[in-house]
Amino acid sequence: MEMNIELNTHSIPPVVDDTDRRLLAVVAKGLPLAPRPFAEVAARLGLDEAEVIARFAHLKQSGVLRRFGVVVRHHELGYGANAMVVWDVPDDQVRALGRCLAGFDFITLCYQRPRRLPQWRYNLYCMIHGKSREEVLSNLEWMVNRCGLQSLPHEVLFSRRRFKQCGARYHAENKEDAHAASG
Amino acid sequence: MPRPAEAVALDATDRRIVNALQGGLPVCERPYAEAATNLGISEDELIRRLERLLADGALTRFGPMYHAERLGGALTLAAMQVPEADFEHVTAIVNGFSEVAHNYRREHAFNMWFVLATEHPGRINEVIGDIERATGLKVYNLPKIEEFYVGLRFEA
Repeated sequence: MEMNIELNTHSIPPVVDDTDRRLLAVVAKGLPLAPRPFAEVAARLGLDEAEVIARFAHLKQSGVLRRFGVVVRHHELGYGANAMVVWDVPDDQVRALGRCLAGFDFITLCYQRPRRLPQWRYNLYCMIHGKSREEVLSNLEWMVNRCGLQSLPHEVLFSRRRFKQCGARYHAENKEDAHAASG
Repeated sequence: MPRPAEAVALDATDRRIVNALQGGLPVCERPYAEAATNLGISEDELIRRLERLLADGALTRFGPMYHAERLGGALTLAAMQVPEADFEHVTAIVNGFSEVAHNYRREHAFNMWFVLATEHPGRINEVIGDIERATGLKVYNLPKIEEFYVGLRFEA
């Protein structure tokens, strides 16, 4: 029934043709900082601006392109300390707790991932950025007290140094997963 | 608490820009003009500030975020327990793989954490197997099951 068709943003099959791939390659390093950025992209590929806008709109609607946005470098902004905090949460509570943790303004990422028993029991990950380790730990303590998480097993993994950071080969850099290992 | 000396200073308008644009820029003829209107500044000022934030290194780029999976690619987070004495050697091996996009050392028995990005989902397990053979160590594959959305919020 036509009336029952639900138009959600992910209902369009992600068909990416060669022109789309060329477009994505051109903007991989960033959208031009010019009043009409899509006109500049179009000029580089010999297309017209309207077609480029229509194609990006379609890529966005089909979910291939999440958004054009900024990638923040926490360290350069003075947020030099980061900890990955991992939690062992009962499976039936992980979604509720994940949403709860994600609501704190010092949490920059929050993911559910599989346990790898017996060596790795944790199934919920969040990243806390702060200006110092003390700030990160005091934020964590505040969150634990505030949410009553004292009895929930968790560990804090501070990063020591970054060995390698580069975009993925196919230019499909994913901010969230990238930072989930970094920060 | 003073910030580290190398920290880039953001003023209130910069912070509002960073917060607003993490949500994304509209796809239209004049996207900066539209975003600037919402921020109460001019298109020209927004572009100039973005240029400065990129030049200062506060932002790495202003570009597209993809669903790698929808482009046919795959991403995962992987962890290893590397003996301290072998850490540098193993790091060199792991970083030699072009599929390793980020590699961080963390203070834990699981001390090596890296992101793998491959062009096809089937490649993830192949690369993990290759890394295990090259290092003689187990690689734990920890792909995301669910993401709980957060934005980065600066005190504006």
